[in-house]
Amino acid sequence: MKTIAKSFSDSRRVFLKTSAAVGGGLALGISLPALAQTKDAFAKPDQVNLWVLISPDDTVVIRYARSEMGQGSFTSAPMLVAEELGCDWNKVRVEYVSTNANVVSKRAWGAMNASGSQTIRSSQEYLRRGGATAREMLVSAAAQEWKAPASECTVANSVITHVPTGRTVSFGQVAAAAAKLEVPKDVKLKDPKDWTIAGKSMPRFDIPTTVRGKQRYGIDTQLPGMVYAAVAQCPVFGGKVKSLDAAKIQGRRGIQKVLNLGDFVAVTADNWWRAKEALKLLPIEWDVGAYGNATSATIMETFRNGLAQNDLPVAKNTGNVEQGFAASAKVLEAEYFTPYLAHATLEPMGCTALMKGDKVEVWVSTQNAEASLATAAAAAGVPVENVEVYRVQAGGGFGRRGTQDYTRQAVLIAKTMPGVPVKALWTREEDTQHDFYRPASLVRMRAGLDAAGNPVAWTARIAAPSIIATLSSLPLANGIDPQAVIGFADQPYNIPNVKVDYAQRNGHVPVGFWRTVGHSQNPFVRECFMDEMALAAGRDPYQYRRALLKDKPRDLGILDAVAKHAGWEKPAAKGVFRGIAETDAYGSYIAAVIEVSPTGKDAAGKDSFAIRRIVVGIDCGYAVNPDNIVAQMQGSVVWALSAILWGENTLKDGRIQQSNFHDYRMMRLAEMPKVEVVIAPTGGFWGGVGEPANAPIAPALCNAIFAATGRRVRSLPLINHDLTMKKA
Amino acid sequence: MFKFTVNGKPREADVEPEMPLLWVLRDVLDEKGPKFGCGIGQCGACSVHVNGELVRSCSFPVSGAAGKQVVTIEGLEQKGRLHPVQQAWIDHQVPQCGYCQSGQIMAAVSLLKKKPNPTDKDIDDAMTNICRCGTYARIRPAIHTAAKAAAKKSAKA
Repeated sequence: MKTIAKSFSDSRRVFLKTSAAVGGGLALGISLPALAQTKDAFAKPDQVNLWVLISPDDTVVIRYARSEMGQGSFTSAPMLVAEELGCDWNKVRVEYVSTNANVVSKRAWGAMNASGSQTIRSSQEYLRRGGATAREMLVSAAAQEWKAPASECTVANSVITHVPTGRTVSFGQVAAAAAKLEVPKDVKLKDPKDWTIAGKSMPRFDIPTTVRGKQRYGIDTQLPGMVYAAVAQCPVFGGKVKSLDAAKIQGRRGIQKVLNLGDFVAVTADNWWRAKEALKLLPIEWDVGAYGNATSATIMETFRNGLAQNDLPVAKNTGNVEQGFAASAKVLEAEYFTPYLAHATLEPMGCTALMKGDKVEVWVSTQNAEASLATAAAAAGVPVENVEVYRVQAGGGFGRRGTQDYTRQAVLIAKTMPGVPVKALWTREEDTQHDFYRPASLVRMRAGLDAAGNPVAWTARIAAPSIIATLSSLPLANGIDPQAVIGFADQPYNIPNVKVDYAQRNGHVPVGFWRTVGHSQNPFVRECFMDEMALAAGRDPYQYRRALLKDKPRDLGILDAVAKHAGWEKPAAKGVFRGIAETDAYGSYIAAVIEVSPTGKDAAGKDSFAIRRIVVGIDCGYAVNPDNIVAQMQGSVVWALSAILWGENTLKDGRIQQSNFHDYRMMRLAEMPKVEVVIAPTGGFWGGVGEPANAPIAPALCNAIFAATGRRVRSLPLINHDLTMKKA
Repeated sequence: MFKFTVNGKPREADVEPEMPLLWVLRDVLDEKGPKFGCGIGQCGACSVHVNGELVRSCSFPVSGAAGKQVVTIEGLEQKGRLHPVQQAWIDHQVPQCGYCQSGQIMAAVSLLKKKPNPTDKDIDDAMTNICRCGTYARIRPAIHTAAKAAAKKSAKA
């Protein structure tokens, strides 16, 4: 498991490096904030260290380097700083780190991407250090003033107390003196059991602004003299503009420019609606390239061809599966399929850019401000030092906003009109049809069971596009995309002979990180097939897993916690059927039990079922902001269910057939089942919380549907199986 | 020229009659509370009230608002006091990315106007806006909380 976890983080790092390299030669190789413990060139008067600024009135500003797109880290990351700082949480404000300052300082504040459920787990140490060093500096300043040893001082709620004399001073009174001191090299971090801020459910900083309607997203950027751009890209991925007839729309009210920018067309106007309406009427001839005939079926053929290959790159090979199968009393085989999926962030892609001479400013909803900056620099042809990226809250990210195609477009348009800010925005249709999709994947599973039903051999062969190869345009190391095989190559069960191989099948459909990435699909395959094995063995699916997880205390622990909460040991109520699934994901351990009831035929004659209850539990090691974890789990369940029930992007004539929410359907409130969240942190490690809960939902639900109907679902979405959900 | 009020203030816009109210509000009048999500009335992120009626402003022509009162999310707060729905949204920590929430809140306010004490079925029927972050599990209890708070407030008044 370690190997995979490492190679996954390596692969994302490679992606960041290469996307930055593509974007302009920015060296982003430093993985830890090298300068975080030193004074920086961007210091403000109130700045105690890089992460903490304290005003004379005791206001504490904590800096936040990554992005906020709904995951809540804008609050939970500063909680870790505040915890070590010992400040009054009610006096804390949070501000974004300047993207330009971070790039120019070679990452004084570390990585800025919010992805891979890693904000807390990859930055917790330097954030806590940032708080702890600031605290020590404040204490030293107070102790010097009192001519007393620092060891005689305590800190609580932004107040330093000299214990022997009872003298006190507030942070604000000593901050200026503290700021002049050296940042200490070694600080002791608190034992999490002594936390007073972290570990408590803290209201999110952004919510009061949001409910007042005053939260500003990239789409809300408003600048003096700004023009608006609507964008059209070739409906077949990779195509180019052949010709356009600008005269047809010139002269329409408000229309300013009609731009052929090679791989896309932009129309600018004095408001976006006019630009968009004119663009609809603009005759554009596209050179669709080589893929104008591609369909879902032709892509499936490439996957099938992949499964038929021998000598594929091997992601995992332990024992000897041939011998294992030869010794098996029973062999099971099944194929599973999961489709392409668009992100459909509710805020469509868009970006505002302003070029002035050799300087570029960008306002954008992004998950990776450094990638936005590097992309803007490359598109403008200026050094990275000349770019600033202003961050705002993102209207959803889910992996889509790490890729900066839309930032590139805005800068290319702005380049044609120096000094004029341009806000480029996509329609929902453009957004649905020009995504970096969750890869489709075809998987063949085989398992050999001994006479007692225990697995002795287990193989997974995956045919799917590679995200890493697509986004980096580089060949894969060892031919393996870690996300394509994750959940298989690191499967937790005690099986002596295991082999996992991978057929990379990159088509013309761009693929990317989609909330929960490989864990959005591979646990569906693995955990449904595990149920097929339990059934063949004549065993209870929970007990079957338990026996195979006896050496995996964390997997077993969360499986047991969820089964217990769901009452698995007691028979289900009459007419209620249950499914169970467990996996690790993003450093956490996650399990679900789902209860369904068959509800007969629906109006269209399709089999229907109702979800009675979803119990989903997580062991994330340390729980920093528990209520936010609950929210992320609830949200992940909805994310999962939209995909499971209806989610699918199909291709015809080389293009995506779905266009908007009427044909790319999302779950709504009335369809929301009852969700019970179990937070069971066992400490000693830091796991992610933004994505894991998606992972066990599809298998737990499909296992429950099997229990209820006898129908084994091996491909998603359910709507293709004439299975519909009714309200419980 | 179309004249109407936005959050009580008289506004006017010299635009095409078919231009959706959403884009008049956002791009012409710089009212950024209502959001663009789909453009076809599916998601509800653009929801506002026109003469007290809930409308999806992406699919509502500005001509339909002429002479009427338009209220956006930013018009709910009165004299620094949040609307009970806004307060309940804070109390239940409803929003995640928050992009859909101005529409969700406008829909909830409209529901409570018509049904001050809504059942779960009423909430199901009225709350058809899309939230991609999946905040539905908190929207329902938040509406019940807001209904109780509003009832208390009117009992006092």
